[in-house]
Amino acid sequence: MASASLPGAARGLGARRWLAMLARDPLACLAALFLLLLVAAALLGPALIPESAGRMNLRLRNAPPFELANGWLYVLGADTLGRSMLARLIEASRSTLMVASAAVALSFLIGGTLGVLAGYARGWGATLILRMADVLMSFPSLLLAVVVLYTFSPSIANIVVVLAVTRLPVYIRTARAEILELRERMFVSAARVMGAGPVRTALRHVVPFVLPTLLTLAAVDFAYVMLAESALSFLGIGIQPPDVTWGLMVAQGRGYLASAWWLAFFPGLFIMLTTLSLNLLASWLRVAADPQQRWRLEPGGKAGDAP
Amino acid sequence: MSGHLLEVNDLAISFGTVGGGVQAVDGISFHLDRGETLAILGESGSGKSVSASAIMAILDCPPGRIARGSILFEGRDLLSLSESERRRLNGERIAMIFQDTLAHLNPVYSVGWQIAETLEAHKRMAAREARAKAVRLMESVGIPEPARRANDYPHQFSGGQRQRLMIAMAMALEPALLVADEPTTALDVTVQAQILDLLREARDRTGMGMLLITHDLGVVADIADRVAVMYQGRIVETGPVREVLGNPQHGYTQRLLSAVPGREPPPPRAPVADLPVFEARNLTKHFPITGGLFRRATGEVVRAVDGVSLTLHRGETLGVVGESGSGKSTLARMLLRLEEPTSGAILFEGKDVSSLGGPGLLSFRRRVQVVFQDPFASLDPRMRVAELIAEPWTIHKDVLPRPRWNARIAELLSLVGLQPEHAARYPHQFSGGQRQRIAIARALALEPEIIICDEAVSALDVSIQAQILALLDDLQRAMGLAYLFIAHDLPVVRQIADRVAVMQRGRIVEQGPCEEVFERPQHPYTRALLAASPVPDPDAQAARRKARRELAGA
Repeated sequence: MASASLPGAARGLGARRWLAMLARDPLACLAALFLLLLVAAALLGPALIPESAGRMNLRLRNAPPFELANGWLYVLGADTLGRSMLARLIEASRSTLMVASAAVALSFLIGGTLGVLAGYARGWGATLILRMADVLMSFPSLLLAVVVLYTFSPSIANIVVVLAVTRLPVYIRTARAEILELRERMFVSAARVMGAGPVRTALRHVVPFVLPTLLTLAAVDFAYVMLAESALSFLGIGIQPPDVTWGLMVAQGRGYLASAWWLAFFPGLFIMLTTLSLNLLASWLRVAADPQQRWRLEPGGKAGDAP
Repeated sequence: MSGHLLEVNDLAISFGTVGGGVQAVDGISFHLDRGETLAILGESGSGKSVSASAIMAILDCPPGRIARGSILFEGRDLLSLSESERRRLNGERIAMIFQDTLAHLNPVYSVGWQIAETLEAHKRMAAREARAKAVRLMESVGIPEPARRANDYPHQFSGGQRQRLMIAMAMALEPALLVADEPTTALDVTVQAQILDLLREARDRTGMGMLLITHDLGVVADIADRVAVMYQGRIVETGPVREVLGNPQHGYTQRLLSAVPGREPPPPRAPVADLPVFEARNLTKHFPITGGLFRRATGEVVRAVDGVSLTLHRGETLGVVGESGSGKSTLARMLLRLEEPTSGAILFEGKDVSSLGGPGLLSFRRRVQVVFQDPFASLDPRMRVAELIAEPWTIHKDVLPRPRWNARIAELLSLVGLQPEHAARYPHQFSGGQRQRIAIARALALEPEIIICDEAVSALDVSIQAQILALLDDLQRAMGLAYLFIAHDLPVVRQIADRVAVMQRGRIVEQGPCEEVFERPQHPYTRALLAASPVPDPDAQAARRKARRELAGA
């Protein structure tokens, strides 16, 4: 009896299946590994190399990278105060990832929810959300951040909130545009005929279609937020030294591009690699989460594909 | 050099996919003479459109690949010509018209410009001269006020007019061969009849050969001289239309013909108890027309549904027929309470549906279900079949206890002719007919009393359509269901309905027992509809054509 084998198959995909699908996409696999490594470094790094990030060695000021003569800590060179680049990058990864992921998560959740509401509800509620988004969008986001951070203290929490708020409109507008189209789809009508209420239709039939788009958007936004944070830090109203982020490192190394390129290059490289990995992973996820596309990631999926 | 205009020999086309090649066309041969119409008849997936694409050199290669064979046009092998030679032939000597006219006319240029461009490109005609010729062509295909309308854009024309424009464009260079790929499939029957007349007239005037790709036996009977029946990439039968349709030799052709609804008088239907369950009283739906900069209401309205009253009895099938824009789908959406009526009442067992709320509405939802036209759109593509069928039970928690779901899903799938194993699959892994079965299984999950079928079989091939109709009939007998069966296809309605209501421009113009309406139509519109609906019999079709002319003349 087929129904006996049905429950397992009919429920969500097991973790093993997701891993197998990840393995089928080498680029996404690399991206996932890189991100895992990064998170591990951010979490464990400071414990492994305590205080090396702050230790100055003026004899090694602007020491060039790829030389092991000064010990492995200086393999990526040293900064203008003779601090190990590697240690500082690891130290910076912590605050960078924290600020960026918190800001992106916040704007993703709030913006996505507001967008879904704006797409679903008609009347003054939707209008209010949209006009709010318009105001935010037409106001230069950096200026807003400067004003807010200048008035309040430039703490990490404030930076996160400011960055999240300035990115809200993107999510609101994207989610709403998709919802407007989705809510007219035939299967949404079919669900209503079955008696499904607005909450059920939204969560079961509409949101799953918007989610991949928003996740891709979030991956791209991650880079934007990292750079915006560095811009704020450069202006002195972002992350305050001795705390450090990649963006701040890029900003500080900018003046030495001619003499010590590695000061700005390595943090920049990490920003790029992180963004790239997130993008690759997001596009993999979009395929993996779509039953109509998933066969591309499954071994022998083509043979079992035809009904 | 052979005397045929077009000669296809042993043509084979395969499509490379990651999992291996698919043989779409497997060695077909046919020929076409000047002034003749050859119909290639086949259901979806038979390879008929792929063959046409190969002749027009618009096959996507890769993934398509012409494995072997030759296509001789006026003695020259098209497959060995260079690309620039092919381009010159296309349009000038070989023209094509398509089913989807909106997709094949450029939306950003006026239609007059588009027709003139063909003339300028191929005949090196001066702009002014080409423009004048374009207007004459538009006039010849029956576009009213051609000089003014030449400045209009494709979306400003109706579907039938757009097909006329496509024909005008195709005829601009007086081609020797016209390939028509499902030219009337998207059109209403009355418009279809006009387009077929236009094509016939153009063929007789210019003496071109016409290759007609279609799935519609009625169209074949109407216009074709000879027919080639395609099935699974092969031509299984070919010959004069009268012989093939009158005395089919191959098993597939026989099955196809017997699947056509309304060939034989429908079986007598069991009498229906006089118990009204669903009633619409003077139902009206007006959509306001907005215009101007701020989308203000202009005060004018579109009367989509305009005072419709009908009654559905227990265990009965009520057919609602009408052409596109007649308001039948809006009517269905109102009956399902997906759309609020502007005025009028809908009574379900005597209670006003629009006043229902909370538990009352939920119980209404449980007892009235729907099967939509497009099975590709009405099933959530991210849900498995088991989840799709079980969804009604998650909403109506008291219908079925969860432990029994799987058994019931398997039961419902078998009931609609699918396998229980199919429960773990996704909708895209099924064919159109199978998906419609899933939609029916889902509608049955709540054991409703009424199912509204909104063009439920219109998108399906005739053989699949016959199966679905038989299934609906069986289910009605077994469960005492009542159907409100909305369709544009008269023979289908005749086969399944007890009573029929004919809709035109939002109103019901005629209503009555099926046999009476079909045998003794009273309203002129019903008569026009009946006369325009094609039948797969060349002689009967010719008689209908004559009747239609008289009707138009009267």
